[in-house]
Amino acid sequence: MPSVVSKQYSDDVSLLVLLLDTNPLFWSTTSITFSQFLSHVLAFLNAVLGLNQLNQVVVIATGYSSCDYIYDSSLTSNHGNLESNGIGMPALFGSLLKKLEDFVTKDEELSKEEVSEDRIPSCLLSGSLSMALCYIQRVFRSGHLHPQPRILCLQGSPDGPEQYVAVMNSIFSAQRLMVPIDSCYIGVQNSAFLQQASYITGGVHHTPKQLDGLFQYLTTIFATDLHSRGFVQLPKPIGVDFRASCFCHKKTIDMGYICSVCLSIFCEHHKKCSTCGSVFGQSKLDDASSVSDKKRKAPST
Amino acid sequence: MAGGQVEKRVKYKSSVKDPGTPGFLRIREGMLLFVPNDPKSDSKLKVLTQNIKSQKNTKEGSNKPPWLNLTNKLGKSHIFEFENYPDMHACRDFITKALAKCEEEPNKSAVSTSSEQLSIKELELRFKLLRENSELQRLHKQFVESKVLTEDEFWATRKKLLGKDSIRKSKQQVGLKSMMVSGIKPSTDGRTNRVTFNLTPEIIFQIFAEKPAVRQAFINYVPSKMTEKDFWTKYFRAEYLYSTKNTAVAAAEAAEDEELAVFLKPDEILARETRQKIRRVDPTLDMEADQGDDYTHLMDHGIQRDGTMDVVEPQNDQFKRSLLQDLNRHAAVVLEGRSIDVESEDTRIVAEALTRVKQVSKADGETTKDANLERLERMSRLAGMEDLQAPQNFPLAPLSIKDPRDYFESQQGNVLNVPRGAKGLKRNVHEAYGLLKESILEIRATGLSDPLIRPEVSFEVFSSLTRTISTAKNIIGKNPRESFLDRLPKSTKDEVLHHWTSIQELLRHFWSSYPITTTYLHTKVGKLKDAMSNTYSKLEAMKESVQSDLRHQVSLLVRPMQQALDAAFQHYEADLQRRTAKSGGERPNGYI
Repeated sequence: MPSVVSKQYSDDVSLLVLLLDTNPLFWSTTSITFSQFLSHVLAFLNAVLGLNQLNQVVVIATGYSSCDYIYDSSLTSNHGNLESNGIGMPALFGSLLKKLEDFVTKDEELSKEEVSEDRIPSCLLSGSLSMALCYIQRVFRSGHLHPQPRILCLQGSPDGPEQYVAVMNSIFSAQRLMVPIDSCYIGVQNSAFLQQASYITGGVHHTPKQLDGLFQYLTTIFATDLHSRGFVQLPKPIGVDFRASCFCHKKTIDMGYICSVCLSIFCEHHKKCSTCGSVFGQSKLDDASSVSDKKRKAPST
Repeated sequence: MAGGQVEKRVKYKSSVKDPGTPGFLRIREGMLLFVPNDPKSDSKLKVLTQNIKSQKNTKEGSNKPPWLNLTNKLGKSHIFEFENYPDMHACRDFITKALAKCEEEPNKSAVSTSSEQLSIKELELRFKLLRENSELQRLHKQFVESKVLTEDEFWATRKKLLGKDSIRKSKQQVGLKSMMVSGIKPSTDGRTNRVTFNLTPEIIFQIFAEKPAVRQAFINYVPSKMTEKDFWTKYFRAEYLYSTKNTAVAAAEAAEDEELAVFLKPDEILARETRQKIRRVDPTLDMEADQGDDYTHLMDHGIQRDGTMDVVEPQNDQFKRSLLQDLNRHAAVVLEGRSIDVESEDTRIVAEALTRVKQVSKADGETTKDANLERLERMSRLAGMEDLQAPQNFPLAPLSIKDPRDYFESQQGNVLNVPRGAKGLKRNVHEAYGLLKESILEIRATGLSDPLIRPEVSFEVFSSLTRTISTAKNIIGKNPRESFLDRLPKSTKDEVLHHWTSIQELLRHFWSSYPITTTYLHTKVGKLKDAMSNTYSKLEAMKESVQSDLRHQVSLLVRPMQQALDAAFQHYEADLQRRTAKSGGERPNGYI
């Protein structure tokens, strides 16, 4: 009956899409092992599902060369996989782990075929963001009563500048859909992409200092649903790193040239824009470092 | 006024049926007093002449008694019954004179207050502005009422607010009336057999704009051949003849009077213009309408005014004019708009100005030979029929569809990185994957780690998070998008903002008074300086009074204001020193 269902759907029903970083190059260099990390994460997922009966969780694995859906709590085929569970493992996550294993194998296969070697060991964030947004879009179109979706990005790999355009596109789509992107960065360097994503979409960004307390961080900061965030004070970053990467070399720059037609960023003077093909005029001054169409991107305070 | 007052014995009736109370009516300038004979009766009446609206009286020849009925402005009527008719007439004349005089006075007073009225209106506008804008009111109160600035100075910088309406009104350009004033029927007086046409400058302008032949005739004939009055008389005679639709008479008169004939025959100038326009019509279908194409002004167009088909002799054909022709011509002129800005009363100037404008536009419209050729060529090109033309074989260019993968792959770009040995990397990757798979197997086997998290670690995390949140709140506030001002208590915030606007006002007047040339400016600057030092000390006091945790931010806010004031003070001191140094020792007492 629709009225009963609407009564059940209160403000704090949430759909959490978790983007799990499974980049092996990162996990081979961390202090925390992947299994410890997984136990924190799985306990956190359990907690989220326990907060509200109607909560949903979707897990997408972000690999080195590919991404895939690992787990969807709304599917009924999760339950009843008793034989593959060991002791201490919630019944819910048996299939998750199985799928994760299959995914890692597949990812390994794909990475063997990859040609380019000189790549920053980043995970495929743009791919998993796109998949998450597609899933959320499907949820939006499913009807009036749907949980409030948000994306949580658990990542430790550094940013891959070659994915800048795709990541920014996904971030703007998320902004349009009004889906907040929370990000928990457990890596060493700072991730400009994740900071920008959380800033633009209105999500929370945090870099936990103590990785063995990861579960505490996750439940304190990232478990709140969107409605309750109005009353709860969550940690905010003081500044956001707004640096972009140039389109020609994929370097991170903070001062460069911008095409006035398509707003593509270049680190050096070009005759023609490679994205939209518009021809740039003569630079007014001879000195290449002080042309008028330069744009300075300074981190905001 | 002769005959200062009139006194008569009357009976006062408040209505027709009332028998009337006998008494005395004393009419003086400005006032009318009725005193009843019986002192105990209470129908004493005093009416001011200003309040009398009208008066009526019974006629002498009728059988009615002599009554005078005065209605006042409120509608109440007072009826006075006189003893005889001459008395009544005397009173009536007196009251008429008084009423006439009363009417004059309001007119005079209206004229004299109109010059004051402007400033009254302005005062009203000022009050309205002050009422609506509380910030302005506060500034006004602070400065004008404490005599720091005068009223005029205060409003001098706000001319834009006051004068907005008047500026707007004068910028509007008045267009032409769409009513055909030139075709209004004259007033006919049946008794005297006169037809009166009214002629105003507006009508003259319309006639000249719509009928270029009349305009040309005016320029040619006046003042050489006839006076303006004669010209218009003849013109209106022609109009009258048109309106009677008597073509025979029209033909006869035209034959007699050549000037009249000019008005009676169709407008040659207009016909010429229209024929030119017809020649220039583009046969390629151009949906844009040509400006006021008035093809119907030529003969053999147009419908009859009343739908009948009169039989008209061919030679009299030209003396007919149809309503549609007039309407179309008028509409064309109105759409063109007011082409001249001459507001002169002099008809000749108007006529000449219009001719000049028409000549200029004609010169612009005339196309050169080259332009003509080009036009013809374009027309023939556009009007060509495709299936009649020879087949054209355009050279074919091969279709090139780019591989979209190029675009996406270019995004990968040349990544400048520390190059690693290819084989080494592959090995690394393989190892890493191996490690990863091991971890997964491990967790599948052992389950979640127990305990998941140690209590002391948890506690540390909590405390660090709390610290982070509270420090962030201190620095950027609860809402990163709110400004510091919102965190101040409301009274402090208002005070800060008010100080800001008042300092701006003061500084504006201060800096505009330099260089000091008159004593007026000198005193003004002195007053402004006192007000500014006052504000400065108020700012200092405010900084001290605010809470300690906000003090730093408030002082940051207040600093630019104080810096501006300091600069003004410095300038004042420097200027003062210069003046005293310049005037040297020959200073009269008391001169600063």
